[in-house]
Amino acid sequence: MAVQAPKKRLDARAIRADFPIFEQLIHGQPLAFLDSAASSQKPRQMLEEMTEFYSTSYANVHRGVYVLAERATAALEGAREKVRALVNAPDVREIIFVRNATEAINLVAYSWGLNNLGPGDLVVVTELEHHSNFVPWQYIAGRTGAKLAMIPLTDEGELDLSGLDAIAAQGQIKVVATNQVSNSLGTINPVEKLVAWAHDQGAIFVCDAAQSAPHMTVDVQALGADFVAISAHKMCGPSGVGALWGRTELLRAMEPFLLGGHMINSVRLEKTTWGELPHKFEAGTAPMAEAVGFGAAIDYLQAIGFDAIEAYEHELAAYALGRLGELDGLTLYGPPADRRAGIVSFNVEGVHPHDVAQILDMQGVAIRAGHHCCQPLMQKLGVAATNRASFYLYTVREEIDQLVEGLHTVRKVFA
Amino acid sequence: MNEFDQMYREVILDHYKNPRGHGEMENADAEAEGQNPLCGDEVSIYVAFADDGETIDEVKFSGRGCAISQAATSMLTEMVRGRKAIDVARLDKDELLEEIGIPLTPVRLKCAMLGLTTLKVALHKAKGTPLPDGLAGFDELELS
Ligand SMILES: Cc1ncc(COP(=O)(O)O)c(C=O)c1O
Repeated sequence: MAVQAPKKRLDARAIRADFPIFEQLIHGQPLAFLDSAASSQKPRQMLEEMTEFYSTSYANVHRGVYVLAERATAALEGAREKVRALVNAPDVREIIFVRNATEAINLVAYSWGLNNLGPGDLVVVTELEHHSNFVPWQYIAGRTGAKLAMIPLTDEGELDLSGLDAIAAQGQIKVVATNQVSNSLGTINPVEKLVAWAHDQGAIFVCDAAQSAPHMTVDVQALGADFVAISAHKMCGPSGVGALWGRTELLRAMEPFLLGGHMINSVRLEKTTWGELPHKFEAGTAPMAEAVGFGAAIDYLQAIGFDAIEAYEHELAAYALGRLGELDGLTLYGPPADRRAGIVSFNVEGVHPHDVAQILDMQGVAIRAGHHCCQPLMQKLGVAATNRASFYLYTVREEIDQLVEGLHTVRKVFA
Repeated sequence: MNEFDQMYREVILDHYKNPRGHGEMENADAEAEGQNPLCGDEVSIYVAFADDGETIDEVKFSGRGCAISQAATSMLTEMVRGRKAIDVARLDKDELLEEIGIPLTPVRLKCAMLGLTTLKVALHKAKGTPLPDGLAGFDELELS
């Protein structure tokens, strides 16, 4: 008889002890770090694994025949396998290491877009995109003569899918590119539905999973997408490394993006031929230690469990929305707690987000204030900027309480 | 004095809540629009010259921004009225910073400078003088 394992609940206080950053005071206060959506803090386990790699196994990968080069190669390829398992890719050669999600999307926009887009074609993005998944498409559409179309938002900050037919009538849709979780509103987008729609139109689907992969299971086969982009630094890994997953057939047919060492098969004066996947897309020395750190971060998160992380962040979002709702003169943006990840955007009436964030910082509370690289969205909301508090597996309720206290002070200063 | 009061001293909050020279101007002799790409804040500056065509007779500004950027721009309008365009186009930023009189982190310094930079661009454009280094990029990148 199958016994259902009891759902593991995450112990944020124990997890927090793994993160050295919290051992200090900021402006004499315990640090309330509510900006994990921009980049997460790092657990000791990950840092130690990078140090260990540098201390015992470091050399350039692939080309060397000595022990250290072999160790480094094994470490890099081991990390690649961890990323493959993370996103459940069918083949490890479909995992391409890049600098970050932005580079992953640029790779697709250039290498796929330049050869497959032209006049009469449509690239569809949403009003909810990070500039990373907007600007490359706007630019490549412009260069190829394709048009950019936007899926609009409802007042609750969710994608309005009622106009999809009208969009399809504007031209031949070749690419649909959306995020899975919005970094500014926390909206969880119906990616499976959009993938099905994209494929009905004969288009490819590019999923910006930069903001979802840290917080929930991202299964590229279940999603059915064609490309998926992630960044390690948002998921307890180091900065400087991310991954692109793409379908083998598409990657094989694409031109390389960056050119140089390591990505070649043979180089002759007359002609250079490209290496096999994934090397064709990995010109130059790889971010080796960073990839090792990425792998360690994946181990760390998987040991805790993505289901537990996701459930805990929902709890925090609900708690934060409740507490912030107690404050007068506060506008909250985005969908209800059950349909959003651990991200809360808001404005305080009469006080610019920069001033809110500054006064909060003086009280040890770190939030983000600005357009969150989402200027099209800000335009839609009719504001220049918002405040954003975002949570992760090490966030505790006291930090949200500290935020609410801080906001009372903001109101007092500007009263 | 605590930190909040130091940064958000009375005069800053006063300029923020009651900005001087707030509004738009039709048929301005000089105007420009500036944006802070970090936060998306925008300011438009309008200048009317006196009959000599050199003296700043009136300055107005519109747009949106934080207390620091709005207060700094408001103070700026008071500082430059009656001065020669050519001098203001070369104004040392420390003069404005002294007037603001609070410690600013690098990010907040950009907020404080938004109005002045935009005003300088407006004056250089009106006078046909080349934009100094640093402002050239500003004009091209942020004022398109
Ligand atoms: C939804 C989303 N997409 C893309 C990015 C870009 O990630 P990176 O800066 O690591 O390339 C971010 C990061 O802020 C994001 O939140």
